[in-house]
Amino acid sequence: MTLSAQLAQYVISGITIGCIYAMVAIGFNIIFNSTGIINLAQGEFVMLGAMSMVLLSHFHIPFLLTFLISIVAVGIIGGLFQRLVIDPLRNESMIVLVFVTLGVSILLSGSVMFILGKEPYLPPAMISSQPIPFLGTAIDPQYLVVMGVTLTVVVLLTLFFEKTILGQAIKACSINRMAASLVGINPRKMIFFSFVLSAVIGAIAGIVIGPITMMEYDRGPMLCLKGFAAAVLGGLGSIHGAVLAGLMLGLLESFGAGYVSSSYKDALPLIVLLAVLFWKPTGLFGVTEEREI
Amino acid sequence: MTKLSPCIEIQQVSKKFGGLMALMEVSTQVNANEIKSIIGPNGAGKTTLFNVITGFISASSGSIMYKGICLDQKKPHQIASEGIARTFQTPRIFGNMSALENIMVGRHIRTRSGIFKAALSWPSSRKEEIEIRARSKEVVHFIGLDAKRDELAKDLTFAEQRSLEIGRCLACEPGLLLMDEPAAGLDDEEQMALADLIFKIRDGGVTILLVEHHMRLVMKVSDEVLVLNYGSKIADGTPSQIRSDERVINAYLGRKSANA
Amino acid sequence: MGKKNLIAVLVLAIVIALFPLLVKNDYYRSIMVFVGIHAMVTVGLALLLVYAGQISLGHGAFFGIGAYTSGILTVKFAANPLLALVMGIVLVIIVAYVIGKPSLKLTGHYLAMATLGFGWLAYIFFNEQTNLTDGPSGLIGIPQLSLLGIELDTDLDYYIVVWLLLLIFLCMALNITRSRVGRALRSIGDDEIAAESLGVDTAKYKIQVFVLSAVYASIAGSMYAYYLNFVSPSDVNIFFSIRLVIMVVIGGMTNVWGALIGAAVLTIMPEVLTIFEDYDVLIFGGILVLMMIFMPKGLGSKLASLETLIQLRHSRRRS
Repeated sequence: MTLSAQLAQYVISGITIGCIYAMVAIGFNIIFNSTGIINLAQGEFVMLGAMSMVLLSHFHIPFLLTFLISIVAVGIIGGLFQRLVIDPLRNESMIVLVFVTLGVSILLSGSVMFILGKEPYLPPAMISSQPIPFLGTAIDPQYLVVMGVTLTVVVLLTLFFEKTILGQAIKACSINRMAASLVGINPRKMIFFSFVLSAVIGAIAGIVIGPITMMEYDRGPMLCLKGFAAAVLGGLGSIHGAVLAGLMLGLLESFGAGYVSSSYKDALPLIVLLAVLFWKPTGLFGVTEEREI
Repeated sequence: MTKLSPCIEIQQVSKKFGGLMALMEVSTQVNANEIKSIIGPNGAGKTTLFNVITGFISASSGSIMYKGICLDQKKPHQIASEGIARTFQTPRIFGNMSALENIMVGRHIRTRSGIFKAALSWPSSRKEEIEIRARSKEVVHFIGLDAKRDELAKDLTFAEQRSLEIGRCLACEPGLLLMDEPAAGLDDEEQMALADLIFKIRDGGVTILLVEHHMRLVMKVSDEVLVLNYGSKIADGTPSQIRSDERVINAYLGRKSANA
Repeated sequence: MGKKNLIAVLVLAIVIALFPLLVKNDYYRSIMVFVGIHAMVTVGLALLLVYAGQISLGHGAFFGIGAYTSGILTVKFAANPLLALVMGIVLVIIVAYVIGKPSLKLTGHYLAMATLGFGWLAYIFFNEQTNLTDGPSGLIGIPQLSLLGIELDTDLDYYIVVWLLLLIFLCMALNITRSRVGRALRSIGDDEIAAESLGVDTAKYKIQVFVLSAVYASIAGSMYAYYLNFVSPSDVNIFFSIRLVIMVVIGGMTNVWGALIGAAVLTIMPEVLTIFEDYDVLIFGGILVLMMIFMPKGLGSKLASLETLIQLRHSRRRS
């Protein structure tokens, strides 16, 4: 294989997996912006999206319908999660919130293990066509689907937060909850929507990446960690930072797997996570804040 | 130490937050065994100054000398070990510990047993523990919380929590006590009791620097008053000097003189 | 350590001493060995989590370092088991210090994620560094531990050593909680800023208790390796780290005894209730969620408030 073909492969797969990390990171940021908490169950939304497609594929319904049902279902799970678990505990300490999102992530993965078992599954793809030749190698069109979908999601989200009333209301709550409530916005409702939105984005990520990497019940924690790495790297709370950082992490992992060691490829984003947390927790694009007494 | 030697000197301290100048070349000093108040409208930089003195925020420029020791670059716990204690705008007591245990934490900097001696129940560690308990009980008595000694701090009344916070500072045997709005939330009677307590503490050899809004208390206890506005010093003198200072009246007291 | 604690320790010692005399069945004895091993970790973890308020979701890594150091040095380098155990402690002190120093500057979620990330890195190492660890299928042939020339080979032998170690760890932890350092830890857990302002060197104490709890975990891990003569990466993965935390949580986020109870409950229950077999993941997750919703302060505080209630009734009846 020529060098350019090899590079092309690494770049394509790096960008693709980076798109997934970006979407997980975006999910983190949306919830973090409205609540200040990190949702340790974020990775599970991705897993659930893919698994839902697997379950529904038994029913022979058109792809678009299974896609819609899946994201709605995961969105509902996200909403229930917020209503039943997060909202009652909104005044509790950080430790309690960390533990409860951890507990829910275990519950969700455990439930899937109960229903579908431990084996990996291959969710159906949107289009199954021939690999496209490119620079001496061939790209599975699903990779392009991932990139296209991610781009669409980012564009739609940007428009959502800038142009729609609901989006601006959610943004207002993130910036100043009290001021928002004084102008008639219900912060708890906004938090609810944030969770639903995060869950839907996570599900979309799972639905598009599943056909490439397959999905098993316990993929959640690793996605959570890597997505979080992207979120902090890009500056916690910044959607565009998350996209950039996600792509960087994906490329790092891809090239690392190719040139350094494929067995340790998962370790690279984790090392980045620790490095960012230790030395620049505000991320590449964040601003260091002074402690408030 | 003569009466007029400075306990703490704040030299040209500035603090910039992004584009905002929270403190602008503030210079002042507090003489040993005196009580000085800092007053000024909200946002004038008073609590920021406290945070700089105690090391929670680093000054952008300028320095602070405490009894001849330079405090720049020191961490909060190091500054506390030098002998500076502080209370906070809202009492930061350890809610899940009893009143007595809160005071006992105050004895931390005056004691030494580390984790190994503690784990092995070393005799010196046990002896120190007995001393800590005895001294702390004295402080509890001093602030009048004997009856509530073993109650959880979060179950105390607001005024009791304020007293507890002060007592905890006293247990450190500080040379300088910083009090951030100690009279907030107290009624007239409680404020008078607070004034008495402040005098009692000063008589025990402690220098006191306090931030306050309640003018009656400020005028009653202060030897000197520093007035800040928008991060700058606009006056620094005795209470009567401040009262008649036009700049102060214009900036601040003018609105308050009806209530003073 | 205080009168109440001392009595409780003596009672525990008597119960522990009596147990093997009354119960001869090796299966039950082995369950108790595992209880002891888990409790060794949770007692240290409690100091970190309950007292100092620092979340660690990666303590399985320290357990694993202890287990694998003991395993690798004895199996691959024919080292003396006791020496290997000590090497495990040394290694863990270094790793805990290197990871702890920058991590403990972080708060809440960031600390949780950092420890989770670290725990996962350790698991990847155990899984992938097959030349040392023999990879996913695990390291077999780990010899027995010998103390003072005597080789441990029965369940009873390990039971005695593990519970002796636990009693020592427990006493040390209890002594710490009742000391100046214990109060400093609690002040850090309650309000770190206020603690700093009182001269408590929060960074120092956090790292000290982090390293101490890591050492406890390492010794427990080594004992695990010698007891089973085997260790695999899935024994020391993230889920194990989380189970350790759940043990501390369920026991009570109020004191060290709760951590001991939690270790016992969550080690014995899966053995006794066979439904655990397939649904253990679900059940652990469910426990964590329900505990946070209904009893964020854990069983220990529920028992404590029960005790207060009983005392109140008692005093009312008197007057």
